[in-house]
Amino acid sequence: MSQIENPETKSKKKKNRKSGKKPHKMTSLHNSEAALLRLKKRRAKEGRFILWGRLAIGFAVASLMWLLFSLVGTGYTAFTQHFITLDVKLEASILDPTDIRDPEKLRAANYRRLIQTSMQAQIEGVTDRKEKRALFNLVSASGATNYVRQKVYKNPNLVGQTLTVTVPTSDEVDQLLKGYIDRETPEARRKVSNQQIEWIDELVDRGVIKPKFNTIFFTGTDSRDPELAGIASAVVGSLMLLSVAFILAFPIGVGAAIYLDEFAPKNKWTDLIEININNLAAVPSIVFGLLGLAVFLNFFGMPRSAPLVGGMVLALRAFPTITIATRAALRSVSPSITNGALSVGASHVQAVFHHKLPLAAPGILTGTIIGMAQVLGETAPLLMIGMVAFVTEIPTSVMEPASALPVQIFLWSDSAERAWSERTSAAIIILLLVLITMNGFAIWLRNKLEKRR
Amino acid sequence: MSDKKAEPYIKFRCKDVRVHYGQNEALHGIDIEIPDNGVTAFIGPSGCGKSTFLRVFNRMNDTIEGARVSGSILMDGEDIYDKNLDPVLLRARVGMVFQKPNPFPKSIYDNVAYGPKIHGLTTSKAEMDHLVEKSLKRAGLWAEVKDRLKSPGTGLSGGQQQRLVIARAIAVSPEVILMDEPASALDPIATAKLEALIDELKERYCIVIVTHSMAQAARISDKTAFFHMGDLVEFGPTEMIFTNPGNSRTQDYITGRTG
Repeated sequence: MSQIENPETKSKKKKNRKSGKKPHKMTSLHNSEAALLRLKKRRAKEGRFILWGRLAIGFAVASLMWLLFSLVGTGYTAFTQHFITLDVKLEASILDPTDIRDPEKLRAANYRRLIQTSMQAQIEGVTDRKEKRALFNLVSASGATNYVRQKVYKNPNLVGQTLTVTVPTSDEVDQLLKGYIDRETPEARRKVSNQQIEWIDELVDRGVIKPKFNTIFFTGTDSRDPELAGIASAVVGSLMLLSVAFILAFPIGVGAAIYLDEFAPKNKWTDLIEININNLAAVPSIVFGLLGLAVFLNFFGMPRSAPLVGGMVLALRAFPTITIATRAALRSVSPSITNGALSVGASHVQAVFHHKLPLAAPGILTGTIIGMAQVLGETAPLLMIGMVAFVTEIPTSVMEPASALPVQIFLWSDSAERAWSERTSAAIIILLLVLITMNGFAIWLRNKLEKRR
Repeated sequence: MSDKKAEPYIKFRCKDVRVHYGQNEALHGIDIEIPDNGVTAFIGPSGCGKSTFLRVFNRMNDTIEGARVSGSILMDGEDIYDKNLDPVLLRARVGMVFQKPNPFPKSIYDNVAYGPKIHGLTTSKAEMDHLVEKSLKRAGLWAEVKDRLKSPGTGLSGGQQQRLVIARAIAVSPEVILMDEPASALDPIATAKLEALIDELKERYCIVIVTHSMAQAARISDKTAFFHMGDLVEFGPTEMIFTNPGNSRTQDYITGRTG
């Protein structure tokens, strides 16, 4: 259509030029009605695309916010917990009737009785057996007895004295006071009886039960009782996993990338290897777990649940990521630098290690940290090699059974009691914080190294 | 040093040099003798093979995937494509300056010191300092950078970077310096400085330069070779090539009818 308009527009142009009128009112090939219409269409297309982009970003941000709010909303309460302060009379008649202070005997004594007695001292007029048991249930049974037992075991001279202890309440009391157990629910369907609620309110009024920062969550290990459970063993296990995976995957990944990109002959075999490494990055992680089970555990007979094996399996998971990132980083280095090095007589290895690698380092490190972040969040392969064990001790070596943060989260999310829910969210918050820190470190490192260029 | 003999010493003798990129033959049998101490310019239209031929002399074509060089190239009578000759040593003797200035992203000092360091040419820091200073002086850059040797080489201007690259090449005491369109990324003033430098350097080194600018070839070179479509069309003293070319293709190119 523009061609048809041509003769007319030309003549108009001439007229306008002569008369010297405003030039933008001229009609020509590029500012005729049709042209303006076309422009409008192009602009509209651009506008639609920008709108689409903003919607996508908005959706992503909203999802993230929703996730964070729901996690923090359920998780933050786990960082405080209710504790009860009791005066425990360490009666010799109960602890050590024979009066020889044998630590082993002291250890096996009936601490439950002591706690029960001190609870009854708090609430007067509890005589019925059933009521006594209900009263004792307000305190964390194993938490309180183990705490006192440890004190006495360490210092047998305490026997006969009165010990003031602050121990966690049972998870039901904690949940009730945090408002997770609804007082309006009929008593039959409620975990806490009306009478217990009365006692709890009284104890809170008197300041015997108080909320405190939940150190147990950070120092404790896994436990059957939510009020005693913590993430320490999982965190240590995860750190061990990370270390093992890094020590294995980083040199292998970077080395493979340098060799493939710089030194390997380009033929069908190296093409095949390249394709396979790329595919390896897309293999479902549980497959690596099966591999670890079959090869490391069954064939080599390595210990089950050990961070060493877990780290080896996760190294397999991380190394393709590192290799791919390293190759991309190496390729982004300008060949003119390599040529410069070669032209003064550097060998190929020198050109790569003196010039190319330092320039590729930010990319390599970013890729490595992303790979490590993947490792930190990986759960499925660990299930396959038995890292779902119930671990109540902080591991001290990579050969000991350990748990990992994501596995711990998986285990807790599966538990029935209401108190696990907030702890699961809290553990996820910790995991996310670690991941954010790692990614932040990657960004900081990249900026720092790039400035040095 | 500057005693020019009537019969110049021949640095490179090339016979039937062919370069293949995969199936494609880029150079179809070049015979040329390049004299020592002087500037030899390679001119010709884009894609004529002049840069490819330049890279034959320091075996930089080895680094290109699928490139093959055949024929004989003798440097001081020695075959530089001999299996027993390590290209690393050849490149120490035959330095190269590229089209785009490519200093290392390191300090000015480290740029110059890199070559001597990897070849182990110096034994002490003082010796290295001296060598760096000497090289930068020869490249005509010393006065401009002596107070900031620790600042990055990439922070210099284009012309300074190119002279830094020349200093880097000089530092390993080469016999030959290859230059692949060294002034094509520079402004006229930087180009003039570079040409003056080349004029000085030719007293010490055999310089082979590829250039797009015929005026530049006419200004700085003693001998000029005209390449076209992978053939060496004509080679002779520069005045002769530019005033009285023997071949009609050369004539067409230098008078601007082709290329």
